[in-house]
Amino acid sequence: MAAEAGTGALERYEAVIGIEIHCQLRTASKMFCGCSTEIDGAAPNSHCCPVCLGLPGVLPTINKSAVECVIATGFAIEAAIAPTTRWDRKNYFYPDLPKGYQISQYQLPLASNGRLTFETSEGPFTVRINRAHLEEDTGRLIHAELDASPGGRPARRVSLIDFNRSGMPLMEIVTEPDIRTAEQARRYAEELRLLMRTIGASDAEMENGQMRVEANVSIRPRGREEFGTRIEVKNMNSMRSVERAIDFEIQRQAVAIDAGRTIRMETRGWDEARQETYLMRPKEAENEYRYFPEPDLPPLVAPPEWLAEIKARLPELPAARRNRYGTDLGLSAYDAAVIVNDAAATALFEGALAADTGAPAKLIANWVTGEYMRLVKGKAGAGKVNAGELAALAKLVADGAISGTNAKEVFAEHLDTGEPVARIIEKHGYRQISDAGALGAAVEQVLAANPAAVADYRAGRDAAVGFLVGQVMKATRGQANATMVQAALRERLDRAE
Amino acid sequence: MGERDEEDRPFETTQGRDGGAGGGALTDLTRLHVHEMARLLRTGEVSSRALAEAHLAAAGRQNHALNAWLVIDRKSALAQADAADRRLAESRRPGGSGVAALHPLCGVPVGLKDLVSVKGGQATAGSKILKGYVAPFDSTVTARLRQAGAVILGKTNMDEFAMGSSTEHSAYGPTANPWDLTRVPGGSSGGSAAAVAAFHVPVSIGTDTGGSIRQPASLCGIVGLKPTYGRVSRYGIVAFASSLDQIGPLARDARDAAILLHAVSGRDDRDATSAPVPVPDELLDLPASDDEAASYLKGRRLALPREYFVDGMEPGVAARVREAVAAMEAAGAIIEEVSLPHTDYGLATYYIIAPAEASSNLARYDGVVYGFADRSSGDYIADYLCTRGTGFGPEVKRRIMLGTYALSAGYYDAYYLKAQKVRTLIKADFDAVWAAGFDAICAPTSPTVAFPMGARVEDPVAMYLSDACTLPVNMAGLPGISIPAGLSDGLPVGLQLVGAPWRELGMLRLARAYEAITARATWRDLEPAELHLTDDPTTPSPLERQARRTQGAPATGSGDQP
Ligand SMILES: [Zn+2]
Repeated sequence: MAAEAGTGALERYEAVIGIEIHCQLRTASKMFCGCSTEIDGAAPNSHCCPVCLGLPGVLPTINKSAVECVIATGFAIEAAIAPTTRWDRKNYFYPDLPKGYQISQYQLPLASNGRLTFETSEGPFTVRINRAHLEEDTGRLIHAELDASPGGRPARRVSLIDFNRSGMPLMEIVTEPDIRTAEQARRYAEELRLLMRTIGASDAEMENGQMRVEANVSIRPRGREEFGTRIEVKNMNSMRSVERAIDFEIQRQAVAIDAGRTIRMETRGWDEARQETYLMRPKEAENEYRYFPEPDLPPLVAPPEWLAEIKARLPELPAARRNRYGTDLGLSAYDAAVIVNDAAATALFEGALAADTGAPAKLIANWVTGEYMRLVKGKAGAGKVNAGELAALAKLVADGAISGTNAKEVFAEHLDTGEPVARIIEKHGYRQISDAGALGAAVEQVLAANPAAVADYRAGRDAAVGFLVGQVMKATRGQANATMVQAALRERLDRAE
Repeated sequence: MGERDEEDRPFETTQGRDGGAGGGALTDLTRLHVHEMARLLRTGEVSSRALAEAHLAAAGRQNHALNAWLVIDRKSALAQADAADRRLAESRRPGGSGVAALHPLCGVPVGLKDLVSVKGGQATAGSKILKGYVAPFDSTVTARLRQAGAVILGKTNMDEFAMGSSTEHSAYGPTANPWDLTRVPGGSSGGSAAAVAAFHVPVSIGTDTGGSIRQPASLCGIVGLKPTYGRVSRYGIVAFASSLDQIGPLARDARDAAILLHAVSGRDDRDATSAPVPVPDELLDLPASDDEAASYLKGRRLALPREYFVDGMEPGVAARVREAVAAMEAAGAIIEEVSLPHTDYGLATYYIIAPAEASSNLARYDGVVYGFADRSSGDYIADYLCTRGTGFGPEVKRRIMLGTYALSAGYYDAYYLKAQKVRTLIKADFDAVWAAGFDAICAPTSPTVAFPMGARVEDPVAMYLSDACTLPVNMAGLPGISIPAGLSDGLPVGLQLVGAPWRELGMLRLARAYEAITARATWRDLEPAELHLTDDPTTPSPLERQARRTQGAPATGSGDQP
């Protein structure tokens, strides 16, 4: 239905989009207990304790490093950090919520009033961020089919609960409804993911649920101030599906409104296979969560020294890095973005610069965005590449000590084996002969062996030089510096006249 | 009894009562105080096993008529006693650590309210919904008691989830008051209070959210102390109202209460609301001599809040409290009347905050992972309704509904938020008293003596009024202690002393001083009047009494039944 919805939807309607992102924080232990967060692939209910199971009498204790992750994020999005914050209980019943409430932050989030600027196809765009707060994750319900038992019990559907995820630290980041296109939404999510990874707050892998993106999407006729009825879209498991789901939803709402239907508040899920959203549940009213301050935790006071310490520990942020690559190192905006978007590429590039071989930054950047990215594309891991070796290779290229073609082969082999560049060059005899004496001998031999070509040149056929250069390259097994060979040939032929 | 200097008195261990603790040598181990037991255990004159056996025998014999205990774990108790005896022997040996290094509780029997988690044991909190739940961990209080070497005899009865003032709201039947078996022992720590009053243990652990240690202590004629909020870790104690709950000792004298408080107090990393305030070792050294103890009263400034001596107070209670105050004045204390103007709002405020927190704290009892569950419907929402509908008793449901309502959108500001503001006013009332230089506030603990079973159980507000004098102290997070101050119509009256934050030691010294100046009072020698009846196996159990009463006089719906 959206397909024929008219490509014109965006001309008549403007989308208003807000994004809520939940990120699992990269901490060693859970939010309120000592259980390990290494739950990936663990047996169900193997990572729980009385606290995250909500047994009678247990009390939460705060994981300081989770708080630091949110404060660091707050600084990174230029948000205000609350000097005193507190915890609230969000009360609701669900089997995966063992206490019957989730400890969250409602009235006083750790970070508020931030913003994030990122590149889009239409230029830089800034989204205001309402808040970033800390909360605990729930357990996970697994619906399964139990086989019939030999004793005659029929097969039945059961719901099982895995509490490994219960109490994992989660950061929720909520934007203002500033986003207008699906692309902006995707770029925002990508930039936030990059930011999380850069500051080490979260691994933010969407595929395994470490980063969950939800979009509130409404549309309104262009020129109108008031918002339309918003639809919450969930279950988007990749950046691509974020963009597609929002695009779909905009089109779907436009078709509905054009057809005179009313949009009702509801939660919709993204069906990746069918590439469309589907109704998950209607939202009759705002949920009644009976928030109140968590009496088991005193207010959290963040002394200025602690905040300063967290701020000082922040690494260079993506935006600043892109800017430095452009302004100080002379990289193109595109190259800078490509490198910064990829943590491994950034590490390689920074490592190569740090090796300080004298190779120009732009040349190193070309190697990173070119050969390196091409070779590792679609592969797990970054190969066995060593930044110092890449810098050394780039320097040899810059000095004309190896041909560009050979350098690519050397790099590919290095990436595969991790063998030092110098040894690979040695092994294949790729070192370029740039020594005038050595070249001179080869030139003399070739001239002596090809009198016809010499005669042709002297008869005014300049193309003969190309043939002679080829012969010298052949004689030196490609190691000769072609530019020097040509110069030497001309000089020798012209002098002999 | 001023000459009762136990340090010099020889000791004989024979069984049976010799007609009270008043004269001659003590012969019944159950009549010993903790400080006496500690001395005898250290010298080896008595073994922890002998103490455990004597107390287990009394509890086992009398629990039928009292229902103070939900579990008496004889096997575990004797194993703990034997372990304590080994520790004592080890420390006595030449080259050993020395008995002085042991906590005075080492080898001493204690009882725990059945909301204290003990690894491998039940923790029903008096509720059907926790039937079958086995705690897989020790509460911090339990762990500290074990560290001290205390011998846990079992778990005591209580109002369901500590909601009540009579122990009639237990899913496991009411507890009787050993002073009058037809009357309540108070609540919610009624089992703990009755067990101490009946000499089943010298001390027990209770919890106090609005008076649940002090009021039963008052009604059972013993000492009960609610510490400053944050003094004792709440980790592993089934929660009622998190911002009000405190754990504390019930004992037969101030010295014993101080010893138990010392063992369980102090900052605990598992409870973020526990305070890093040092625990004074002087708690273990309250004066033994009455003269020295009484001298503490000289020049102490005690405040009498006029708001605590009004409406609904029994004349006998008011008279005993005034006499107690007069006795302290005669001993050198300075008494002044003060005003705590927001006292009247205490009850209403409490009945918003406590149920609000409880409605959330009790949400976890859903039958999904542990405890009682009714999964007959096959649909999780319906299962919740069945489990909670059947598992919780009427008082708990009443408070969950009150609290849920108070927290609901649109009512939050009018109720919960406003109640929190009033709470700060109540606290400010007390702060003004401390700022004026008072050492303590004196007040009645309960406006009445022990009331008959069934008298208030159908009338929640009448029941709630039992705590009118105690719950403002929880609202302000202050330490409060109830101490016996004589009898009214043959039933115990409690005097409440309230102190500034962290002044438990001062409160206990005052309590000890009051004991000293009343040491010769005749009521001091009296044991609970109907305790002897509990030895008779034909004495009806509280449940039997309850059944007879409800058969004889069916509920009229109007409330009070005599
Ligand atoms: Zn855990």
